Parts: sequence; C-alpha cells; structure tokens
Amino acid sequence: MAAVIEVRGVSLDFPLYHGNARSLKRTVFSKVSGRIGNDTKHRVVVEALRDISFSLSSGDRLGLVGTNGAGKTTLLRTLAGIYEPVIGRISVRGSLNALLDPQLGMNLELTGRENIMLRGLYNGLDRAAILRLEEDVCEFAELGDFIDLPVRIYSSGMVVRLGFGLATAIRPQVLLMDEWFLAGDVTFMEKARLRLEDLVRGAEILVLSSHAMPVIAAWCTRVIWMDQGRIRADGPTDEVMGQYLGHEHQPAEVAAAAVPGLVPAV
Amino acid sequence: MSVALQSAAREPAARDFVHGPATRHAEALRDLRETGLLWRLCWTLGWLDIKLRYRGSVLGPFWLTLSTAIMVGAMGVVYATLFKMNLRDYLPFLALSIVLWNFLSALVSDACVGYTSSEAMIRSVRMPFILYAARIVLRNVLILGHNLLVIVAVFALLSTWPGFAAVLTLPGFALWLVDGLALTTILGALGARFRDIPPIVVSMLQMAFFVTPVIWKPELAGAKLQWLLPINPFFALLECVRGPLLGKIPSAAVYGSALAYSVLLWAAAWFLFARVRGRIAFWV
Repeated sequence: MAAVIEVRGVSLDFPLYHGNARSLKRTVFSKVSGRIGNDTKHRVVVEALRDISFSLSSGDRLGLVGTNGAGKTTLLRTLAGIYEPVIGRISVRGSLNALLDPQLGMNLELTGRENIMLRGLYNGLDRAAILRLEEDVCEFAELGDFIDLPVRIYSSGMVVRLGFGLATAIRPQVLLMDEWFLAGDVTFMEKARLRLEDLVRGAEILVLSSHAMPVIAAWCTRVIWMDQGRIRADGPTDEVMGQYLGHEHQPAEVAAAAVPGLVPAV
Repeated sequence: MSVALQSAAREPAARDFVHGPATRHAEALRDLRETGLLWRLCWTLGWLDIKLRYRGSVLGPFWLTLSTAIMVGAMGVVYATLFKMNLRDYLPFLALSIVLWNFLSALVSDACVGYTSSEAMIRSVRMPFILYAARIVLRNVLILGHNLLVIVAVFALLSTWPGFAAVLTLPGFALWLVDGLALTTILGALGARFRDIPPIVVSMLQMAFFVTPVIWKPELAGAKLQWLLPINPFFALLECVRGPLLGKIPSAAVYGSALAYSVLLWAAAWFLFARVRGRIAFWV
C-alpha cells in the first residue's frame, strides 16, 4: 500500500496549565506575541497550529522552514500522532517513524543492549528481528564491550552513535525528521550521512524540518514556510526558499545554521 | 547498512484522527488493543523498573521481601499484644493484609504520576496510553510476587495452610488486576491534568487504611456493625482475595459489593479515558 498523508484544516491549541500561569503568560507573550489567547474557559492557550492543509503522496519530499516557534516541531509531532488536533483531520497511511528526540526513550541506567531490546519491543518486533536490530546497531555504533555497560557511563559521542543507530535502524514508509538529526560529531558524520541517506531513499514520504538551507535544498522537492502556526508559503523548493531567504534579514545566521560537510546528494 | 527492519504489527496501516464523541470510544478501544499486542513490552518495562531500582544491591529485589517480612514481624508482635490476640491466629491475617495493602498503596501512588513520569516517551513517540498503566500494574504485580514469599513463610512457620477455599482467591485477584488497570488509567490522567491530585489521593488512601479492616480484624467491628463493612469498597475487594486464603469464603454481600464497585470503576475509567485520551500528551 502506497503511503499517503492528508492534512485538512488542522488547528491545534497548546494549553498552558502548570507553573505560575501569570508569569508564564508574560514570558511566552513576549516571545510569540499575538498568538496567546484565552479559550472559552479562560485557560491560557498558545495557538500552535492554525488551519494547516496539505497532502503528500509516495515520492514527496517536504521541507518545513520557519523561525523558532513557528510550529514546525508541533506539526511534526501532530503528523506523528503524538498531538491530536482539536479541529481538522489528519490521516497517515503507511508505517511511520519520527526522528524527533535524539535520546528517544533511552534509559541511561540500562545497558546499550537492553536499550536496543526495548526499542525493538516498542516497535513491536519479534525476537528474531530484535536480534537483527541488535547486530545492526552494534555494528554501526562501534561500542564494542560497552554494549553491556550502562549508557550512563558512555562518552557523549557513544551516546549519540547509539541513539542515532537505533533511531535509523527501522525503515518506515513515512519518515518525519527534526533538524537535530543533522548535527553531530564530525568523524561520525560520513558514516551517519550514508546511513541517513539510505533511510531517506528508502522512505516513500519524507517530512524534514530544518534551519540548514543546503540540506533542504538538496533533499526536498517541496517546501512549506511556517509562520506563527500558519502556512505562509507552500510550493517547489526554489520558489519558497527564495521568498523565505528574501524575507529573512539575517542571511549570516542562516548560513551558520547550515551544517558544514552535509550537503547530501539523494 | 541498516537492516530492512519493517515496523511490525503494532503500527496500523491507516491512522485517522477525527475528533468528536463518535470516534472517541473506537480510539480508546484501539488503544486497549494495541496495548494488548505490546504485552511483551509492558512486561519488560515493569521488570526493568524493578531490576533498575535494585541494580548493584546484594539482595536485589529480595529487599522487598525482607522489608515486608520485618514490617509484618514487628507489627504482628505489637498489635497481637495490643489487641490481646493469639499470634498464631493474627499473624497470617496481618501478613496478608499488609502485603495486599502495600500493593494497593504503591499502585495508587505510582498511578498518580503514571503519565507525568513518562513525559519524554509520550512526547516523542505515539504509543497506546493504556500501555503506561499496564506497566505500572505489572511492576506492582512483580513486587507482590516477591512479597508472597513472606506469606508463604508465615503459613509454613505456623503451619496454618488454608484449605481448598484458597482457589477462590484467584478470581478475586483477577478482579484486582482489571480494577488496577482502570484505577491507574483514571489517576494517571487526573494526576497529569491537576497536579494537586497525587497528595489528595495519598492522604485519602491513608484514611481508607484506618477505616478498613487491614490491621484490625473485621470481627472487631462487632456484630451490630458487620453489615456496614461491605459498603467500604476497600474491604470488599480486600476480602475477595484475603478471605479465601484464610480459609474463609467471602459472603455474597462482599462479592456483590466488590463487583458493583468494580463495574462502576471500569465505567468511570472508560468514559474518562475515552474523553481525555487525546489530551494527555498536552498535559504531561
């Protein structure tokens, strides 16, 4: 079955319940002015997504661009089924893997092997598949004997390799990816790049959120520019990137955000 | 390069979110079904929780057994003296009561933070929410398993084995498991939304401990007040599991009350869960 993503008129409010609501309200207000409202029950809400519609089918490579807090990560989480929209409808057809959190569910007290087994179980793999997963991740992460020691004592590079190896081991039809995935240790980069490219090539649909313009330019065929929770522009990569970069008044910052050495060719 | 591991059965081919009362129950049902498919994960998570807590200690999870044994021994001597009761008669009752009540109280306090403690997981991957509740129930069942040794030791020491009636404890415990899942789901959701819930629940449970025959035997309530006891849901449920193990088959009133409260609890859990399932990710 071919993968499909359908998003129709999705709006999502983020309720702020906890902490000192008033000071929190002030803090957030200064950051995303105009997007804080009170709902009917006078709760403070952030209007995280507003009236988002688009559809993707097999072969589509979508890039999400926009400033921090524009709603890119929230949109990815909504596509992944983590946040359920209040208004509108989302339908995702096909197996899905969301690379959102580098240490996704990794327990630092457990050994590398136990973490791999847990991830396998989270994905509903059977015993044989978990063994293959273990082999694959061990080989990629080059942990050696550390695999049977708690992750807590790993060097930061080892933790990154294990997390990356795990997250990229399971090949989905729909791949959602947040930008952190493109940052990392330089010596590890080449190997990671090959593995990631392999994963991206294998996916029918890619949705990538990034500040690294070269990556978006190389990987995406379509770009959505998010602004204050809304779609500001949607179209072919060149067109939307032109508008977005023209609008951005700090081209230096954009260039700096690009990860050197990571201009993949897919 | 990466092995072509396809995400298996868990991920349904299609995922539609259509919000509204019409689909809520279907979504809640799917959540339950997906949890069932991931039973091996629930079990592993529950087991790892215990293993981690005692990793590096000599006795490991048997610290649970030892601390319960000490508590039962100390309380047994003190209360048998205070209530002027025969230790041989009182100790099996007390051991059972304490082990079962500890299960309940640990379950309740874990349940209140059931979702908030799994915040990172909830925010980074879509998992059925009942999974988090099942993990807590299973973790506490494993703890209960370790504490059973204390009960066996007490029975062996006093050589007071329950008769054939003990089999009746099994349906009682099955009821506990389902109730535990329902309770954990309710408290987890409420505890995530209202941060004042955990302390309120803990103090209410403390009150229940004193009004329920846990350390005092139900006979102490006197003949006139016996009929009142089954009104207390804690007593009814406790008696369903404890009674048969003490060779006493619970009365119809006890079973009726336990079932009625359970059905109410299940209904409350189901409607609450169906209503708030989609909001939990925003609350944690």
